[in-house]
Amino acid sequence: MTNLSEEKTTPMIAPNTPEPAKSRTVRFRIKRTDGPGKNSRWESFDVPVEPGANVISCLQYIAANPVTIEGKKTTPVVWDSGCLEEVCGACSMVINGRVRQSCSCLIDQYAPNDGDVITLEPMTKFPVIRDLWVDRERLFYHLRKIQAWVPIDGTYSRGPGPREDPEHQQMRYKLSTCMSCGCCLEACPQYTLEEHEEKWDEAFVGAAVLSQARYFNEHETGKRLKSLRLDVLSGPGGVNDCGNAQNCVKVCPKEIPLTESIAAIGRSTTLHSITKFFTGK
Amino acid sequence: MSGSANQRIAIVGGGLAGLAAAVRIAESGMHADLFSLVPVKRSHSVCAQGGINACNDIARQQGYSEYEHFDETIYGGDYLGDQHPVLEMANWAPRIIDLLDRMGVPFNRTSEGFRDLRLFGGSLFKRTHFSGATTGQQLLYALDEQVRRYEAEGLVKKYEFWEFLWPVIDGEGENSRCVGIVAQDLRTMQIRSFRADAVVMATGGPGLVFGKSTNSVMCNGGAASRCYQAGAWYANPEMIQVHPTAIPGADKCRLMSESARGEGGRVWVPRKPGDSRKPSQIPETERWYFLEEKYPKYGNLVPRDIATREIFDVCVNQGMGVGGGNMVYLDLTHKDPEYLTTKLGGIMEIYEKFVGEDPRYTPMKIFPAVHYSMGGLWTTFTKGSYNPETPYGSHKSGTATPIDSEPGRGMAIGATNNAMTNIPGLYAFGEVNFAYHGATRLGANALLSCIFDGLFCGLGVVNYVKDEVTPEHRAENLHASIYDRVVKQEQDKVDRLVQSASQGGSDPQTNPYQIARELGDEMTAACTVVKTHDRLTKCIENLRQLRDRYNRVRLSDDAIWTNQSLSFTRATGDMIILAELIALASLERKESRGSHYRLDFPERDDANFLKTCTGEYDPATGSHRILWREVDTSLVKPRARTYGKVEAAPEKKTIATANA
Repeated sequence: MTNLSEEKTTPMIAPNTPEPAKSRTVRFRIKRTDGPGKNSRWESFDVPVEPGANVISCLQYIAANPVTIEGKKTTPVVWDSGCLEEVCGACSMVINGRVRQSCSCLIDQYAPNDGDVITLEPMTKFPVIRDLWVDRERLFYHLRKIQAWVPIDGTYSRGPGPREDPEHQQMRYKLSTCMSCGCCLEACPQYTLEEHEEKWDEAFVGAAVLSQARYFNEHETGKRLKSLRLDVLSGPGGVNDCGNAQNCVKVCPKEIPLTESIAAIGRSTTLHSITKFFTGK
Repeated sequence: MSGSANQRIAIVGGGLAGLAAAVRIAESGMHADLFSLVPVKRSHSVCAQGGINACNDIARQQGYSEYEHFDETIYGGDYLGDQHPVLEMANWAPRIIDLLDRMGVPFNRTSEGFRDLRLFGGSLFKRTHFSGATTGQQLLYALDEQVRRYEAEGLVKKYEFWEFLWPVIDGEGENSRCVGIVAQDLRTMQIRSFRADAVVMATGGPGLVFGKSTNSVMCNGGAASRCYQAGAWYANPEMIQVHPTAIPGADKCRLMSESARGEGGRVWVPRKPGDSRKPSQIPETERWYFLEEKYPKYGNLVPRDIATREIFDVCVNQGMGVGGGNMVYLDLTHKDPEYLTTKLGGIMEIYEKFVGEDPRYTPMKIFPAVHYSMGGLWTTFTKGSYNPETPYGSHKSGTATPIDSEPGRGMAIGATNNAMTNIPGLYAFGEVNFAYHGATRLGANALLSCIFDGLFCGLGVVNYVKDEVTPEHRAENLHASIYDRVVKQEQDKVDRLVQSASQGGSDPQTNPYQIARELGDEMTAACTVVKTHDRLTKCIENLRQLRDRYNRVRLSDDAIWTNQSLSFTRATGDMIILAELIALASLERKESRGSHYRLDFPERDDANFLKTCTGEYDPATGSHRILWREVDTSLVKPRARTYGKVEAAPEKKTIATANA
């Protein structure tokens, strides 16, 4: 490899993605809010579609060129994102009325025609911080509440963990891919906006947290806390708040069997209550 | 001395390294404040796919050992890694796997229920443990859960959506110590100081310096750059790993894990340049499996820098890329689709979602992308008990190892300077620590080094705070002015940037997003796969111009609430400074080693450059100084790094395609 010419070093990560036959734009209608308690407004932007564009790259374009279709200069839109490959859960938003990850929303598939309109709104079940960015702390609060961890005896080595049947591992693996993105909560009729942290103990935990409870209850060591988790989940905000609308499983980007998890937790809490009734424990 | 109840340790970054440190510190009963740009569960570690390396019972029975893992890592890193820390890391690896297993990580299982293993680059043994193709996500979640437990107990306090702005350093020169940080809440924009008796930087890599990379949006290297500007040394900046297999997008490049090749994936191009047939219509004899031909021993599993250069050579130099462009096939279609779903489901899904084709039935089209920084903040350590009189030579699998795998052989357990930067009290863990990976990181060693730093070196941090911070030097007893000075420095910076918004104008010359984009394009062109003196010199000049433009930068948002452009713009300035150092180091290292390939100096030059390149920043002049530190090769002798290469050319159609 001695004859690589210098000029050829330039296209390193720009392989020959074919240029589109003709350039086109899509129109973004974005619901904007300057901060908590502020009124929201709509702004629209025309964005030229790059090859391989997704909602994120269009928002990046708007950040660099914050001018509305009326030619009015505005501020860059604020949004939350991270990995951009649908494993971190950050970039959930409501796109044309349906909650999903914005990174995997590819423009060429989603809005294939010149002038197509894409509407972006923040999720409605969480307090808005600014524009499309919401605060999902309630989800993590509820994970703490159900003790979503395996209670190990410290981090020094004590040999391997429990052996596990591969089928069981596959089941647990699927549950473990939950990235706390909040899509299932946005789609759930029973999960409603609650801005006050002091009311979170009574508020519905939602599908993601129920499924995580199942995940930890299914682990040999994790099940040591099963009874405590079921105590929480048979109380207010627990599994009985589920209205069985089954929207959660339809919007989950990781296709986690959330309704199965809810059913499993429902059975466990029932059994748990009966046991408690008869044994007093 | 034994520390006080008010003593706190600040951890910056909530990926694997930061979380592992938090767990170890909290377990010791000490309080940790954990700062992260994002909720820690969304840290960039989630993107790691392939797995985590460790010697294991099966490999051991085939002649493998912790020592061989160590040897592979040093050889893979082209002898630039710190040998003592790498030995210790390899020795702890099996214990770390056991621990993760106990934490509930859903590692893939064999039919008997044991942990499954796969092959990975740079090794001939199966020594990679994995959880589907989302191993990083699974490990991060396990540690996130353990930290949540300590958070509930009150030992860890999280500051999520807080940005680290600057380390607080008390004293001058030899007597300086890091005593806290200044950070900003990205929602309220409040800037404040946090007192800490030690600060652990676990802030990951600087992928965004190169524009599009495989990294997450927060991996801009800003935090490392700020520590560097505040006096911390930055080592081997020129060692940037370009991953051979990624899919390019408009916003980033998405990784297609090395595990695809570990599970049998084959890289090829049509033997006929510009062949327009569909890949499935191209018969076996008309496919060029160039990696298998050139590297009969390792095949598709040569280390990443080698695979990347070969792909680059085939596409750019020989014009043999798919359809005449810069792409090659990564082919898994000969494997059972169900097997692929179980072993590689995570990346199958990413490819399907982002490209729209099913890699179980159509070969993937991939190309290299910037992925990882071997370089990072310079750190030191205390040597362990293994210090032979003469370095060991080439190790042969199955033969007796020169040393066993007891803890403390490589690094002294609990030593307070393990993974400490040149500034006492300031530590660097994980990707931001330069120590382990030398000039190329082997696949599935990154997760290991992150967790190892957090757990092993975390103990040293606790000991430092307990034993070496005297009561009068404790952060709680220091004068407020030490902290207020840094808060003011950062507040002034913010005020300047916010005021620039009022100057208006939409000049691309001063648009921060435009400047960042040009920075990425320039760094990708000059400082990645192939570097030359002329291009690097031009790059340094271009960076100077970008820095001038940055000094006149104008924001388009003057909000004092959740101003993302402010944070982005501030980081862009820090990225330019880090970029200058990367380019300068690339220019000064006049040899080729690992990921650093100089067309004008194509050979490794141990006589002059078996050295750690260390950058020091002069804030007064804004200039960089490079010093070369000897690499300690007292454990293993350097040998030629060839991976058994033989010559091969597309027209040699008779060569067997061995692994078909």
